[in-house]
Amino acid sequence: MNATRKIRKPFPWHLVVFIAPALIIYVIVMVIPLLDSLTLSFFTEDPNNARNTIFVGIQNYKYLFTDKYYAPIFWGAFKNNIVFFLIHMLVQNPIGLLLASVLCKGGKIRNFFRTVLFIPTILSFVLVGFVWKLILSPVWGVSKTILNIFGLGGLFRPWLGLEETALITCSLISVWQYIGTPMILFYTALIAIPDELMEAAYVDGANAWQIFWRVKFPLILPTVGLVAMMTFVGNFNAFDLIYTMQGALAGPNLSTDIMGTLFYRTFFGQQQQMPNQTLGATIAAMQFIIILIGVVIYMIWQKRTTTYEY
Amino acid sequence: MTATELNKKKGASVSYRFISWLRSAGPILFLIFWSIIALFPIYIILVNAFKNRNAIFKYPFNFPNAETFSLIGFQTVNKRANFARYFTNSIVVTVAALAITLLIATMASFALSRYKFKGATILSLIFSIGIMIPIRLATVGILRLMVSWSLTNTLLSLIIVYIAQSLPMAIFILSSFMKQIPQELIDAARVDGASEYRIYWMILPLIRPALGAIGIFSMIPIWNDLWWPLILAPSAETATVTLGAQQFLGQYMTDWNAVLASLTMSIIPILIFYLLFSKQMIKSITSGAIKS
Repeated sequence: MNATRKIRKPFPWHLVVFIAPALIIYVIVMVIPLLDSLTLSFFTEDPNNARNTIFVGIQNYKYLFTDKYYAPIFWGAFKNNIVFFLIHMLVQNPIGLLLASVLCKGGKIRNFFRTVLFIPTILSFVLVGFVWKLILSPVWGVSKTILNIFGLGGLFRPWLGLEETALITCSLISVWQYIGTPMILFYTALIAIPDELMEAAYVDGANAWQIFWRVKFPLILPTVGLVAMMTFVGNFNAFDLIYTMQGALAGPNLSTDIMGTLFYRTFFGQQQQMPNQTLGATIAAMQFIIILIGVVIYMIWQKRTTTYEY
Repeated sequence: MTATELNKKKGASVSYRFISWLRSAGPILFLIFWSIIALFPIYIILVNAFKNRNAIFKYPFNFPNAETFSLIGFQTVNKRANFARYFTNSIVVTVAALAITLLIATMASFALSRYKFKGATILSLIFSIGIMIPIRLATVGILRLMVSWSLTNTLLSLIIVYIAQSLPMAIFILSSFMKQIPQELIDAARVDGASEYRIYWMILPLIRPALGAIGIFSMIPIWNDLWWPLILAPSAETATVTLGAQQFLGQYMTDWNAVLASLTMSIIPILIFYLLFSKQMIKSITSGAIKS
């Protein structure tokens, strides 16, 4: 730090040249549109002139929370999004951690698996969505055949078409795809732990289970928090997979509707529903608030958590 | 009761051996099990894309053989969709966005990490907010902006948004690399009379590994993105591979050969890219390039 230069007397033009391009693009394309979108949530479209907007205060939010037609849809999407997030937290991240803890022992075979297990994560949600749609399709019957091998053919249902199972199915498909990210982050954190620490614990008579929970887990806690935050942000911002598999209407009967699909439907309109820019902006503002709460909690937690330097 | 007790005594060594076997083989078995789950969906798409319709339904798990081999799906895709166009669009957008991102992110991170000036901290903070707040939340504003610039349905609109999307992370990672460059090197150059711009240019080769890592990691979300093409550039001329595949698949859902063929055509390039660069990719993360 003290090695860096002090401000010189002539105006530091080179700093402007270096920073301006990034700052201008970032501010014009991200910061201002975000503020613009948040502001728009306090306006409504002028019925007489589509290009005009009228200030209405928090009326859009009131409408979103209490309208007898719209509020149930909003709260439904919110609730589904929480379920979507919880399934990721309870299935994706533990399995990711388990895979990482197996992989982190190293060796040729494990490195090969590391490469293989990351493959779904590099594919787009669109491909993943259609691939699973085909596999789960009762027309093709592939999943039924597989279940039959284990004598479980009777369990087969058109999971994506049933209200009770569609959301869970979509969440698990998202888990299938996204699992590589927590896996590789946990893996990175685990291989950074010095061997001496584990050896010391082993000498003290700790078994593998104890070493994992008493030594390794506390050390990778910062990564656990990071993964939780990334999952939260990603999930409350999700859209592609549901849109690809269930369409913008997030069927059947809105059972897979999440904040992203609700925003898309409201903003662009769908079938009988007219496009509504300002209400769309309000939903985006709600997503922003939810994500911001998650990020702030993470940052407070991170400040309080000890990070170990090896 | 007695039978189980007997079994317990007799099986003590057997069960012990089983447990110790499980302990050494269990982890590998788990990796194999999850690899099957990870690869099976891709396998079944790839093998069925090269079969005739009959075989797709009759023998979905088998490799295509002389009797069942068919390219009819690919022929339909070529007739009905312009995948060459989609690929060109995706490549143009991805390459342009990455090149510009890397250029301006290295410039900004160089200034932010190597000079002491008022506002450096606040600027870094502003950029780092963009790492956690997804740019999608600004969709309403960005669409209005692109409409006012008459840039909807252009590849340029996508390039601009992807630059803004990739910048915060790129600046964050590059700054940590820039900080590691020894100050003596910079001082020596300055003594030799090199301008600040020349110094920047001089240290670029030193952070090449970081550039590679950021390139690969910014590329995947851009290439795979559905949201921005769908919202900013949904026309047939500007569709990217992801959007093109999405629209094609939605339209031809009942033509199994065509669906499987188009999925295969979208999977293969990214799979090849990954297999070529997977070593560098994973190395770059694990070497701490993407560490918080």
